[in-house]
Amino acid sequence: MRRRDFLAGAAGLVALPALPQAARAQVTPLDPHLWAITKGVPVSKGRVRLELPQLADNGNSVAMKVSVDSPMTANDHVKGIHLFSDRNPVTHMASFHLGPRAGKAEVSSRVRLAGSQRVTAVAQFSDGSFWSDTAEVVVTLSACLDES
Amino acid sequence: MAARIQIPKQAKRGEVIEVRIVIQHDMETGYRHDDVGHLIKRNVINAFSCRYNGIEVFRADLSSGISANPYLQFYTVAEASGEFEFYWIDDEGRQGLERQSIVVTA
Repeated sequence: MRRRDFLAGAAGLVALPALPQAARAQVTPLDPHLWAITKGVPVSKGRVRLELPQLADNGNSVAMKVSVDSPMTANDHVKGIHLFSDRNPVTHMASFHLGPRAGKAEVSSRVRLAGSQRVTAVAQFSDGSFWSDTAEVVVTLSACLDES
Repeated sequence: MAARIQIPKQAKRGEVIEVRIVIQHDMETGYRHDDVGHLIKRNVINAFSCRYNGIEVFRADLSSGISANPYLQFYTVAEASGEFEFYWIDDEGRQGLERQSIVVTA
């Protein structure tokens, strides 16, 4: 091997690992659960508003509201809203299935949170696109794992 | 399983109405122990649906991540007078069914 070839090859090896770094940074523990719903379609940020209190005293019951920006017509509506937690023992918390008959893409409920965490809401639109929003919640007394 | 449902008694056709329901249920997570240390089996309402004159307008898949006595609030368009039917089932197979009627004016 000539010295010149060796140096060119070595330079390539050093440069190579920098490339997939950006791709790898996006992988999160939520991905397998998200994938089950999106089937690989990328999820964009926006159009969804997930409302949770910034601080919850008790994780056993935290008020939650998701609203999605959609005209809710037969051609353009929200098909589903999926809720994910990144710290609960059950990651996929709930799925709500809507249709054009809903008139308004908004669902409220009360959730359990096992500790301070980030909650993600993903909305599935009738055109096949996915949009999401996240909310950070600090939970003082966590649910599920406590003997209460 | 008792439930408390709130929908308007009357609505105008085309109006978006709010539906609220609370179902009395422990939503046992399956992570708690009883007094002698045995794990309490998971028992949550795993499916809920709302039909309006026989057509499904809302459905939810729930898990232990939803609080005890689950509360749900959603919306639907008032189309015609008739009946709302709420149905749910838990892990033990116990089912609940509630009906509520609505009068829709033109």
